[in-house]
Amino acid sequence: MKVDISKLLQKKKKQILEQWMNNQLADESLREDLMSNDELRIQSEELLNALVTSVNNRNIDDAQSPDFDTTIEILSGISISRARQGYSPKETGIYVFSLKDAILQTLQEEIKTDPVTLYTVSFKVGKLIDSFGVTTFETFIKGREEVILRQTDEIAEISTPVIRVWDGILALPIIGTLDSARTQVVMENLLQQIVDSGSSIAILDISGVPAVDSLVAQHLIKTVSATRLMGAECIISGIRPEIAQTVVHLGIDLSNIVTKASLASALRYAFTMLQLEVRKTAKEKNSL
Amino acid sequence: MIIVLSKDTLVIQKEQDVVPFRNRIKEYAVKIGMGLVNQTKLITAASELVRNMLRYGGGGTTIIEVVSKGRENGIRLTFQDKGPGIKDIQQAMKDGFSTGKSLGLGLPGARRLVNEFDIKSVVGKGTTVIVTKWKNG
Repeated sequence: MKVDISKLLQKKKKQILEQWMNNQLADESLREDLMSNDELRIQSEELLNALVTSVNNRNIDDAQSPDFDTTIEILSGISISRARQGYSPKETGIYVFSLKDAILQTLQEEIKTDPVTLYTVSFKVGKLIDSFGVTTFETFIKGREEVILRQTDEIAEISTPVIRVWDGILALPIIGTLDSARTQVVMENLLQQIVDSGSSIAILDISGVPAVDSLVAQHLIKTVSATRLMGAECIISGIRPEIAQTVVHLGIDLSNIVTKASLASALRYAFTMLQLEVRKTAKEKNSL
Repeated sequence: MIIVLSKDTLVIQKEQDVVPFRNRIKEYAVKIGMGLVNQTKLITAASELVRNMLRYGGGGTTIIEVVSKGRENGIRLTFQDKGPGIKDIQQAMKDGFSTGKSLGLGLPGARRLVNEFDIKSVVGKGTTVIVTKWKNG
Protein backbone atom coordinates (compact mmCIF):
# COMPACT_ATOMS: atom_id res chain seq x y z
CA MET A 1 0.00 0.00 0.00
CA LYS A 2 1.31 3.36 -0.98
CA VAL A 3 0.43 6.39 1.08
CA ASP A 4 0.43 9.93 -0.22
CA ILE A 5 2.01 11.66 2.71
CA SER A 6 1.09 15.09 1.44
CA LYS A 7 -2.61 14.33 1.16
CA LEU A 8 -2.67 12.48 4.42
CA LEU A 9 -1.07 15.34 6.30
CA GLN A 10 -3.28 17.92 4.57
CA LYS A 11 -6.34 15.99 5.60
CA LYS A 12 -5.23 15.50 9.15
CA LYS A 13 -3.65 18.89 9.64
CA LYS A 14 -6.18 20.02 12.21
CA GLN A 15 -5.84 16.85 14.18
CA ILE A 16 -2.05 17.06 14.15
CA LEU A 17 -2.16 20.65 15.32
CA GLU A 18 -4.48 19.74 18.17
CA GLN A 19 -2.29 16.85 19.11
CA TRP A 20 0.84 18.98 18.91
CA MET A 21 -0.69 21.72 21.02
CA ASN A 22 -1.78 19.13 23.58
CA ASN A 23 1.73 17.70 23.65
CA GLN A 24 3.19 21.13 24.20
CA LEU A 25 0.68 22.18 26.82
CA ALA A 26 1.14 18.92 28.67
CA ASP A 27 4.86 19.38 28.85
CA GLU A 28 6.13 20.61 32.19
CA SER A 29 8.74 22.84 30.69
CA LEU A 30 6.15 24.98 28.87
CA ARG A 31 7.09 28.60 29.36
CA GLU A 32 3.81 30.42 29.75
CA ASP A 33 5.77 33.30 31.22
CA LEU A 34 7.56 33.89 27.93
CA MET A 35 4.76 33.28 25.45
CA SER A 36 0.99 33.05 25.77
CA ASN A 37 -0.81 29.94 24.58
CA ASP A 38 -2.51 31.87 21.79
CA GLU A 39 0.78 33.10 20.43
CA LEU A 40 2.19 29.63 20.67
CA ARG A 41 -0.78 28.31 18.74
CA ILE A 42 -0.38 30.87 15.95
CA GLN A 43 3.33 30.13 15.72
CA SER A 44 2.77 26.39 15.66
CA GLU A 45 0.02 26.61 13.08
CA GLU A 46 2.18 28.71 10.77
CA LEU A 47 5.02 26.22 10.97
CA LEU A 48 2.75 23.22 10.46
CA ASN A 49 1.05 24.87 7.48
CA ALA A 50 4.39 25.49 5.83
CA LEU A 51 5.53 21.97 6.46
CA VAL A 52 2.33 20.32 5.26
CA THR A 53 2.18 22.33 2.05
CA SER A 54 5.77 21.66 1.13
CA VAL A 55 6.16 18.00 2.01
CA ASN A 56 5.38 15.25 -0.53
CA ASN A 57 6.46 11.70 -1.27
CA ARG A 58 9.30 12.91 -3.43
CA ASN A 59 11.11 15.26 -1.11
CA ILE A 60 10.47 13.61 2.24
CA ASP A 61 13.89 11.96 2.12
CA ASP A 62 15.69 15.18 1.49
CA ALA A 63 15.57 17.87 4.15
CA GLN A 64 17.91 20.03 2.04
CA SER A 65 15.34 20.21 -0.78
CA PRO A 66 14.47 23.77 -1.81
CA ASP A 67 10.81 22.88 -1.20
CA PHE A 68 11.51 23.23 2.52
CA ASP A 69 13.05 26.67 2.30
CA THR A 70 9.93 28.37 3.65
CA THR A 71 9.60 25.88 6.46
CA ILE A 72 13.24 26.28 7.47
CA GLU A 73 12.92 30.04 7.24
CA ILE A 74 9.95 30.06 9.60
CA LEU A 75 11.72 27.61 11.88
CA SER A 76 14.86 29.73 11.96
CA GLY A 77 12.77 32.80 12.75
CA ILE A 78 11.08 31.01 15.63
CA SER A 79 14.38 29.68 16.87
CA ILE A 80 16.17 33.04 16.81
CA SER A 81 13.29 34.85 18.45
CA ARG A 82 13.20 32.16 21.13
CA ALA A 83 16.92 32.52 21.74
CA ARG A 84 16.42 36.25 22.27
CA GLN A 85 13.42 35.72 24.53
CA GLY A 86 15.53 33.55 26.78
CA TYR A 87 14.26 30.06 26.00
CA SER A 88 16.69 27.26 26.73
CA PRO A 89 17.87 25.11 23.80
CA LYS A 90 16.08 22.17 25.40
CA GLU A 91 12.75 23.97 25.33
CA THR A 92 13.21 24.92 21.70
CA GLY A 93 14.24 21.37 20.89
CA ILE A 94 11.20 19.93 22.64
CA TYR A 95 9.00 22.30 20.66
CA VAL A 96 10.16 20.83 17.35
CA PHE A 97 10.33 17.25 18.50
CA SER A 98 6.83 17.33 19.96
CA LEU A 99 5.62 17.96 16.41
CA LYS A 100 7.18 14.67 15.43
CA ASP A 101 5.27 12.89 18.18
CA ALA A 102 2.04 14.48 17.00
CA ILE A 103 2.55 13.46 13.38
CA LEU A 104 3.61 9.95 14.30
CA GLN A 105 0.56 9.51 16.50
CA THR A 106 -1.70 10.58 13.65
CA LEU A 107 0.08 8.32 11.18
CA GLN A 108 -0.31 5.43 13.55
CA GLU A 109 -4.06 5.91 13.65
CA GLU A 110 -4.33 6.32 9.89
CA ILE A 111 -2.15 3.42 8.74
CA LYS A 112 -3.19 0.87 11.29
CA THR A 113 -3.49 -2.04 8.91
CA ASP A 114 -0.11 -1.90 7.22
CA PRO A 115 2.85 -2.06 9.61
CA VAL A 116 5.47 -1.98 6.85
CA THR A 117 4.17 1.24 5.31
CA LEU A 118 3.66 2.71 8.75
CA TYR A 119 7.24 1.95 9.58
CA THR A 120 8.64 3.41 6.35
CA VAL A 121 6.58 6.57 6.55
CA SER A 122 7.29 7.07 10.26
CA PHE A 123 10.97 6.56 9.68
CA LYS A 124 11.04 9.16 6.93
CA VAL A 125 8.99 11.70 8.88
CA GLY A 126 11.19 11.12 11.90
CA LYS A 127 14.34 11.72 9.93
CA LEU A 128 12.97 14.86 8.29
CA ILE A 129 11.95 16.42 11.57
CA ASP A 130 15.22 15.43 13.22
CA SER A 131 17.09 17.36 10.59
CA PHE A 132 14.76 20.31 11.21
CA GLY A 133 15.65 19.97 14.86
CA VAL A 134 19.33 20.26 14.03
CA THR A 135 18.64 23.38 11.98
CA THR A 136 16.84 24.81 14.99
CA PHE A 137 19.88 24.30 17.18
CA GLU A 138 22.14 25.89 14.65
CA THR A 139 20.04 29.00 14.37
CA PHE A 140 19.42 29.01 18.09
CA ILE A 141 23.15 29.15 18.75
CA LYS A 142 23.54 31.81 16.10
CA GLY A 143 20.88 33.87 17.86
CA ARG A 144 22.70 33.50 21.15
CA GLU A 145 26.02 34.41 19.56
CA GLU A 146 24.50 37.61 18.27
CA VAL A 147 23.47 38.45 21.81
CA ILE A 148 27.03 37.79 23.01
CA LEU A 149 28.55 39.89 20.23
CA ARG A 150 26.27 42.78 21.07
CA GLN A 151 27.22 42.53 24.72
CA THR A 152 30.91 42.48 23.82
CA ASP A 153 30.43 45.70 21.90
CA GLU A 154 28.56 47.22 24.81
CA ILE A 155 31.28 46.24 27.27
CA ALA A 156 33.90 47.76 25.00
CA GLU A 157 31.86 50.95 24.94
CA ILE A 158 31.25 51.31 28.64
CA SER A 159 34.63 50.15 29.86
CA THR A 160 36.51 53.19 28.63
CA PRO A 161 35.05 56.25 30.30
CA VAL A 162 36.94 59.50 30.12
CA ILE A 163 36.60 61.45 33.35
CA ARG A 164 37.20 65.16 33.82
CA VAL A 165 38.93 65.25 37.17
CA TRP A 166 39.79 68.93 37.03
CA ASP A 167 39.62 71.81 34.62
CA GLY A 168 42.09 70.82 31.94
CA ILE A 169 42.85 67.39 33.39
CA LEU A 170 41.30 64.19 32.02
CA ALA A 171 41.61 60.75 33.58
CA LEU A 172 41.05 57.50 31.79
CA PRO A 173 41.01 54.38 33.95
CA ILE A 174 41.70 51.29 31.87
CA ILE A 175 40.38 48.02 33.25
CA GLY A 176 41.10 44.68 31.63
CA THR A 177 43.41 43.74 28.81
CA LEU A 178 44.36 46.30 26.22
CA ASP A 179 44.13 44.77 22.78
CA SER A 180 44.26 46.53 19.43
CA ALA A 181 40.51 47.04 19.17
CA ARG A 182 40.28 48.43 22.68
CA THR A 183 43.24 50.73 22.22
CA GLN A 184 41.47 52.15 19.22
CA VAL A 185 38.35 52.90 21.28
CA VAL A 186 40.43 54.31 24.14
CA MET A 187 42.44 56.51 21.81
CA GLU A 188 39.41 57.82 19.95
CA ASN A 189 37.54 58.62 23.17
CA LEU A 190 40.54 60.29 24.74
CA LEU A 191 41.49 62.41 21.74
CA GLN A 192 37.90 63.48 21.21
CA GLN A 193 37.56 64.46 24.87
CA ILE A 194 40.80 66.45 24.69
CA VAL A 195 39.30 68.48 21.89
CA ASP A 196 35.87 68.82 23.49
CA SER A 197 37.10 69.85 26.92
CA GLY A 198 40.20 71.72 25.84
CA SER A 199 42.26 69.77 28.33
CA SER A 200 46.02 69.87 28.32
CA ILE A 201 46.78 66.88 30.53
CA ALA A 202 45.52 63.31 30.24
CA ILE A 203 46.14 60.64 32.84
CA LEU A 204 45.98 57.01 31.68
CA ASP A 205 45.50 54.82 34.72
CA ILE A 206 46.48 51.21 34.19
CA SER A 207 45.83 49.92 37.72
CA GLY A 208 43.22 47.60 36.30
CA VAL A 209 45.36 46.12 33.54
CA PRO A 210 46.43 42.64 34.70
CA ALA A 211 49.63 42.38 32.67
CA VAL A 212 51.65 44.72 30.53
CA ASP A 213 53.34 42.86 27.72
CA SER A 214 55.09 44.36 24.73
CA LEU A 215 51.86 44.69 22.74
CA VAL A 216 50.07 46.55 25.54
CA ALA A 217 53.16 48.74 25.99
CA GLN A 218 53.22 49.47 22.29
CA HIS A 219 49.56 50.50 22.42
CA LEU A 220 50.25 52.75 25.41
CA ILE A 221 53.19 54.39 23.64
CA LYS A 222 51.02 55.01 20.59
CA THR A 223 48.28 56.56 22.69
CA VAL A 224 50.78 58.83 24.42
CA SER A 225 52.30 59.91 21.08
CA ALA A 226 48.88 60.69 19.65
CA THR A 227 47.98 62.72 22.74
CA ARG A 228 51.19 64.69 22.41
CA LEU A 229 50.43 65.42 18.78
CA MET A 230 47.20 66.99 20.00
CA GLY A 231 49.26 69.29 22.20
CA ALA A 232 48.39 67.61 25.47
CA GLU A 233 50.67 65.87 27.92
CA CYS A 234 49.96 62.27 28.86
CA ILE A 235 50.81 60.67 32.20
CA ILE A 236 50.60 56.94 32.79
CA SER A 237 49.67 56.05 36.33
CA GLY A 238 48.91 52.92 38.30
CA ILE A 239 52.13 51.08 37.59
CA ARG A 240 52.31 48.34 40.18
CA PRO A 241 55.67 47.07 41.47
CA GLU A 242 55.40 43.72 39.72
CA ILE A 243 54.45 45.42 36.46
CA ALA A 244 57.45 47.74 36.74
CA GLN A 245 59.80 44.77 37.16
CA THR A 246 58.24 42.92 34.26
CA VAL A 247 58.47 45.91 31.95
CA VAL A 248 62.16 46.30 32.78
CA HIS A 249 62.85 42.63 32.13
CA LEU A 250 60.97 42.76 28.87
CA GLY A 251 63.22 45.61 27.83
CA ILE A 252 60.44 48.08 27.06
CA ASP A 253 61.63 51.67 27.11
CA LEU A 254 59.05 53.90 28.76
CA SER A 255 61.57 56.55 29.81
CA ASN A 256 60.11 59.15 27.43
CA ILE A 257 56.78 58.89 29.16
CA VAL A 258 55.87 60.39 32.50
CA THR A 259 54.83 57.47 34.69
CA LYS A 260 53.53 57.47 38.25
CA ALA A 261 52.72 54.73 40.73
CA SER A 262 49.27 55.98 41.63
CA LEU A 263 46.53 58.14 40.24
CA ALA A 264 46.99 60.47 43.22
CA SER A 265 50.61 61.18 42.44
CA ALA A 266 49.78 61.63 38.77
CA LEU A 267 47.14 64.18 39.75
CA ARG A 268 49.60 65.97 42.00
CA TYR A 269 52.07 66.10 39.13
CA ALA A 270 49.37 67.47 36.85
CA PHE A 271 48.53 70.17 39.39
CA THR A 272 52.17 71.20 39.50
CA MET A 273 52.28 71.38 35.72
CA LEU A 274 49.22 73.62 35.71
CA GLN A 275 50.72 75.66 38.58
CA LEU A 276 47.88 74.78 40.88
CA GLU A 277 48.22 74.18 44.57
CA VAL A 278 46.08 72.18 46.94
CA ARG A 279 46.10 73.47 50.49
CA LYS A 280 44.36 72.77 53.75
CA THR A 281 42.11 75.62 54.66
CA ALA A 282 43.49 77.44 57.67
CA LYS A 283 41.29 76.96 60.69
CA GLU A 284 40.28 79.93 62.75
CA LYS A 285 42.92 80.57 65.36
CA ASN A 286 40.63 81.05 68.30
CA SER A 287 39.28 77.53 67.96
CA LEU A 288 42.58 76.20 69.35
CA MET B 1 65.02 15.15 37.41
CA ILE B 2 61.81 16.90 36.52
CA ILE B 3 58.52 15.33 37.56
CA VAL B 4 55.26 16.48 35.99
CA LEU B 5 52.59 16.89 38.64
CA SER B 6 49.71 17.99 36.45
CA LYS B 7 49.09 18.72 32.83
CA ASP B 8 46.54 20.85 31.07
CA THR B 9 46.15 21.42 27.35
CA LEU B 10 44.46 24.43 25.80
CA VAL B 11 43.90 25.18 22.14
CA ILE B 12 44.46 28.81 21.15
CA GLN B 13 42.83 29.86 17.93
CA LYS B 14 41.66 33.39 18.41
CA GLU B 15 42.45 36.51 20.40
CA GLN B 16 39.60 35.71 22.81
CA ASP B 17 41.39 32.54 23.95
CA VAL B 18 44.30 34.52 25.38
CA VAL B 19 42.57 35.83 28.50
CA PRO B 20 41.24 32.43 29.67
CA PHE B 21 44.69 30.99 29.01
CA ARG B 22 46.36 33.61 31.16
CA ASN B 23 43.82 33.11 33.91
CA ARG B 24 44.51 29.38 33.86
CA ILE B 25 48.24 30.00 34.29
CA LYS B 26 47.51 32.35 37.15
CA GLU B 27 45.39 29.70 38.85
CA TYR B 28 48.23 27.20 38.72
CA ALA B 29 50.80 29.77 39.77
CA VAL B 30 48.70 30.70 42.81
CA LYS B 31 48.20 27.03 43.63
CA ILE B 32 51.93 26.34 43.87
CA GLY B 33 52.40 29.51 45.89
CA MET B 34 54.33 31.55 43.36
CA GLY B 35 54.98 35.16 44.38
CA LEU B 36 53.19 38.04 42.71
CA VAL B 37 56.24 39.28 40.83
CA ASN B 38 57.08 35.87 39.40
CA GLN B 39 53.43 35.31 38.58
CA THR B 40 53.32 38.53 36.62
CA LYS B 41 56.58 37.71 34.86
CA LEU B 42 55.34 34.27 33.87
CA ILE B 43 51.98 35.57 32.70
CA THR B 44 53.60 38.35 30.70
CA ALA B 45 56.03 35.91 29.05
CA ALA B 46 53.13 33.59 28.27
CA SER B 47 51.20 36.50 26.87
CA GLU B 48 54.08 37.41 24.53
CA LEU B 49 54.51 33.85 23.32
CA VAL B 50 50.84 33.17 22.85
CA ARG B 51 50.47 36.38 20.86
CA ASN B 52 53.37 35.36 18.64
CA MET B 53 51.73 32.01 18.15
CA LEU B 54 48.47 33.66 17.12
CA ARG B 55 50.02 36.29 14.93
CA TYR B 56 52.72 34.35 13.12
CA GLY B 57 51.71 30.73 13.62
CA GLY B 58 47.97 31.07 13.09
CA GLY B 59 47.16 29.66 16.51
CA GLY B 60 48.19 26.38 18.07
CA THR B 61 48.23 24.30 21.19
CA THR B 62 49.49 25.24 24.64
CA ILE B 63 50.33 22.90 27.48
CA ILE B 64 50.45 24.11 31.09
CA GLU B 65 52.32 21.75 33.40
CA VAL B 66 53.10 21.94 37.08
CA VAL B 67 56.58 20.46 37.38
CA SER B 68 58.81 19.62 40.30
CA LYS B 69 62.57 19.39 40.45
CA GLY B 70 63.95 18.41 43.82
CA ARG B 71 62.45 20.84 46.28
CA GLU B 72 61.51 23.41 43.74
CA ASN B 73 58.10 23.60 42.10
CA GLY B 74 57.46 25.46 38.93
CA ILE B 75 55.32 25.88 35.87
CA ARG B 76 56.31 24.73 32.44
CA LEU B 77 54.52 26.06 29.40
CA THR B 78 54.67 24.63 25.91
CA PHE B 79 53.55 26.58 22.86
CA GLN B 80 53.22 24.61 19.70
CA ASP B 81 52.13 25.92 16.33
CA LYS B 82 52.14 24.60 12.80
CA GLY B 83 52.94 27.96 11.23
CA PRO B 84 55.64 28.92 8.74
CA GLY B 85 58.46 28.55 11.27
CA ILE B 86 61.32 30.93 12.01
CA LYS B 87 64.17 31.12 9.49
CA ASP B 88 66.83 32.64 11.69
CA ILE B 89 66.23 31.97 15.36
CA GLN B 90 69.28 33.96 16.48
CA GLN B 91 67.98 37.02 14.70
CA ALA B 92 64.47 36.50 16.08
CA MET B 93 65.91 36.36 19.60
CA LYS B 94 67.56 39.76 19.18
CA ASP B 95 66.02 42.81 20.83
CA GLY B 96 64.19 45.02 18.44
CA PHE B 97 63.93 42.60 15.53
CA SER B 98 60.44 42.12 14.15
CA THR B 99 59.02 40.98 10.86
CA GLY B 100 55.71 42.47 11.93
CA LYS B 101 55.31 46.03 13.11
CA SER B 102 55.76 45.30 16.78
CA LEU B 103 58.47 46.41 19.19
CA GLY B 104 60.45 43.22 18.59
CA LEU B 105 60.66 42.45 22.28
CA GLY B 106 58.39 39.42 22.47
CA LEU B 107 60.84 36.52 22.20
CA PRO B 108 63.91 38.11 23.81
CA GLY B 109 61.73 39.70 26.50
CA ALA B 110 60.01 36.41 27.26
CA ARG B 111 63.41 34.73 27.59
CA ARG B 112 64.45 37.28 30.21
CA LEU B 113 61.23 36.80 32.15
CA VAL B 114 61.50 33.03 32.64
CA ASN B 115 64.17 30.70 34.04
CA GLU B 116 64.40 28.21 31.21
CA PHE B 117 63.70 28.93 27.59
CA ASP B 118 63.87 26.55 24.69
CA ILE B 119 62.84 27.27 21.12
CA LYS B 120 62.77 24.90 18.20
CA SER B 121 61.57 25.85 14.77
CA VAL B 122 61.46 24.10 11.43
CA VAL B 123 60.70 26.27 8.41
CA GLY B 124 57.42 25.17 6.89
CA LYS B 125 56.60 22.86 9.82
CA GLY B 126 56.09 25.13 12.80
CA THR B 127 57.59 26.39 16.02
CA THR B 128 57.68 25.00 19.54
CA VAL B 129 58.64 27.10 22.53
CA ILE B 130 59.01 25.57 26.00
CA VAL B 131 59.52 27.83 29.01
CA THR B 132 59.82 27.06 32.70
CA LYS B 133 59.44 29.43 35.62
CA TRP B 134 60.40 28.16 39.05
CA LYS B 135 58.43 29.25 42.07
CA ASN B 136 61.42 31.04 43.59
CA GLY B 137 63.33 31.53 40.38
